[in-house]
Amino acid sequence: MALFVLQRLAALVVTLLVASLVVFLVMEVLPGDPAAIMLGVNAREDTLAALRAEMGLDKPALERYLIWVGGLLTGDLGRSYTYGVTVWELVGERIGLSLPLALIAIVLSTALAIPLGVLAAAKRSKAADVGVMGFTQLGIAIPNFWFAMLLILLFAVYWRILPAGGFAGWDAGFWPALQTLLLPAVALALPQAAILARVTRSSVLETLGEDYVRTARAKGLSRRAALWRHAVRNALIPVVTIMGLQFSFLLAGTIIIENVFYLPGLGRLIFQAIAQRDLIVVKDLVILLAASVVVVNFLVDLLYAVLDPRLRGARHGP
Amino acid sequence: MTRSLARGILAGAIACGLLGFGAVQAAAKDSLTLAMPLEPPHLDPTAGAAAAIDEVVYANIFEGLTRIDSSGTVQPALAERWSVSGDGLTYTFALRSGVTFHDGTGFDSADVKFSLDRAMAEDSTNAQKGLFGAIAEVAAPDADTVVITLKQPAGNLLFNLGWGDAVIVAPESAANNKTNPVGTGPFAFERWVKGDRVEMVRNDSYWGTPAKLAKATIKIIPDPAAATAAMLAGDIDAYPNFPAPEALAQFEADPRFKVVIGSTEGETILAINNARGPLSDLRVRRALSHAVDRQAVIDGAMFGYGTPIGTHFAPHHPAYVDLTASYPYDPAKAKALLAEAGYAEGLKLSLKLPPPSYARRGGEIIAAQLTAVGVETEISQLEWAQWLEQVFRGTDYDLTIVSHTEPMDIGIYGRETYYFNYQDADFKALMAKLNATVDEDARYGLLADAQKKLSDDAVNVFLFQLAKHGVWNKDVIGLWENSPVQANDLTAVYWQ
Repeated sequence: MALFVLQRLAALVVTLLVASLVVFLVMEVLPGDPAAIMLGVNAREDTLAALRAEMGLDKPALERYLIWVGGLLTGDLGRSYTYGVTVWELVGERIGLSLPLALIAIVLSTALAIPLGVLAAAKRSKAADVGVMGFTQLGIAIPNFWFAMLLILLFAVYWRILPAGGFAGWDAGFWPALQTLLLPAVALALPQAAILARVTRSSVLETLGEDYVRTARAKGLSRRAALWRHAVRNALIPVVTIMGLQFSFLLAGTIIIENVFYLPGLGRLIFQAIAQRDLIVVKDLVILLAASVVVVNFLVDLLYAVLDPRLRGARHGP
Repeated sequence: MTRSLARGILAGAIACGLLGFGAVQAAAKDSLTLAMPLEPPHLDPTAGAAAAIDEVVYANIFEGLTRIDSSGTVQPALAERWSVSGDGLTYTFALRSGVTFHDGTGFDSADVKFSLDRAMAEDSTNAQKGLFGAIAEVAAPDADTVVITLKQPAGNLLFNLGWGDAVIVAPESAANNKTNPVGTGPFAFERWVKGDRVEMVRNDSYWGTPAKLAKATIKIIPDPAAATAAMLAGDIDAYPNFPAPEALAQFEADPRFKVVIGSTEGETILAINNARGPLSDLRVRRALSHAVDRQAVIDGAMFGYGTPIGTHFAPHHPAYVDLTASYPYDPAKAKALLAEAGYAEGLKLSLKLPPPSYARRGGEIIAAQLTAVGVETEISQLEWAQWLEQVFRGTDYDLTIVSHTEPMDIGIYGRETYYFNYQDADFKALMAKLNATVDEDARYGLLADAQKKLSDDAVNVFLFQLAKHGVWNKDVIGLWENSPVQANDLTAVYWQ
């Protein structure tokens, strides 16, 4: 187990180092001068040069790379060109929205998906199964931004019980902040739940056919007990894998939903930073997200071992 | 039983929370929530070109020596009055007394000198440094007087000093204005929830007429559908530059709202690279002008909102000359002109489009119209960053569509280097003369000559003046209908 953890940690560092190089090179070849974007079409050449010098853009590429990576290692992410505040500060503000939103969405989708998936598997080919499968088909087919607009029309425009968008901020109080996150969380959770329910169903169906489930029934366990204690528990590994992927996606891959609800999340920050050529923010965010994906995957790997005792001893390979 | 009771309590709690939020929104009538499409990168108007900065802070938080009012004329602001020497080289400003910055520091001539010197300095990052180009020296002989000496006469100095880029800042707070703007205006900055909103409150020690609103919130809503929903839901009270012209009819039909179509300083043009092969031929440029049906572009790309223009000048300005008849839509004539120039077989040109919808939608329509006269266009869609790099700085383009939103910017045609690559000694002489002229009537005459010259030379295909479509609650009074400068001046806004 210790060796496994060490291997994974080494892989994590190498991945991030490669990612940093790729990100830096991509930003180098990206056309567009950040100074020209900030100062616009009427700026004079000497003003542009002054701003470039202020942002350190006049130094050679290698030096800038080393400065950047050195900063990352010491926890100094630098200062946003456009906002003029430290990147940590920006990320801190956005994570206060993106993380709770992702968590609410993942909790909602899991709470919906696992019972539905298990139900569909247990009642295979019966009305419940057909109903759940139909629902998930719909959930996957409906684009989440369109579903989001329907939610807005219903809850904000027609009933007027929830705001149409924006984020009140946690300092406005727990309820106002949570209210602004409810509709986006539901809009994000539904398609995720649909996928997760399908994965759960097929995974449970697979384990239901395994010998140990038959053995469990033979030794006198009820259908229900065999299902939950043996089949479902063993079926959770693919489900957890998908959840890990979904969580990484929810952290920053929700640009469209953030636009529909005009939420200041991490996704929109990256989007804006790219358009503004706020290169330092783009580079830092991509690295942070890469790190979060790698860390989530690492945690998912650890979770496998918890869920499936057989993996604890066997995980010495790559 | 206990379970359903618990459920009932939970549902009740949720409902109370939801309703509580609604009540807070509805109660206050001396606060206003206004929305705009782009978030300012920071809040210092003296250190960035983004129009969104001025749309938050101009006239509300920061003030200059002069200000530009809703009709586009220059009004006194921090300078109570001024006098100009006979040779037009010395401007003496008498400053207002009793003015303080929001942080309590006093305002005097030293602040003015500091602000202007800072904007003109070698290492200045002022996006409109050119505004101060004519200034030789700023002197502060006493606390209430500022004397500006010019290198050469500059008839537009007072107008230039009214720009957001020329506002007066205090040396004590200037360095932090990007995140904590401290000005002299009727509203003081309160907080900025980045990505969501900027809040400001009434400045109770304001030198002039105090604002009627106690609090103003400016929300950032880029998505047109989200803006429509937020307006319908009553989350916002006004959206002065509504991003979805297609939704305006819905608001017009709703008695809760007022739809106001005004004008902007945005001359939208099909810009031509005058130095490029066939395009350096006047006949070809004239052919392009005849080939474009402006009204079709306005109807198709702008849902009918926009005023056709025939030169690079705002139609609402008193010096405007209507030259839209110079090049009526006439495909046959366009073809004839092209044939005369030796392009009877047609032409192939690049058309590079930046992101705004006037460019993307307008580009498709114009491309179709040009094809009809034998000009094939190769459309490429660019991001702003690429557009600035390739088109604006590199002048690597044949045609592009862009709206020039700076007020009174006809002078760009007289610059030594500018992306149209229009180099004309007569026009430059005209601009030099205009700069040296202070008398208003004489200036208007010169401006008329300049407009005609641009039309005669068919420098660009002048399309239309960008309209400003605003939507706001019918009870909100005092918002600007036009936008002579990019601003959301809230100083006179109140609820009916």
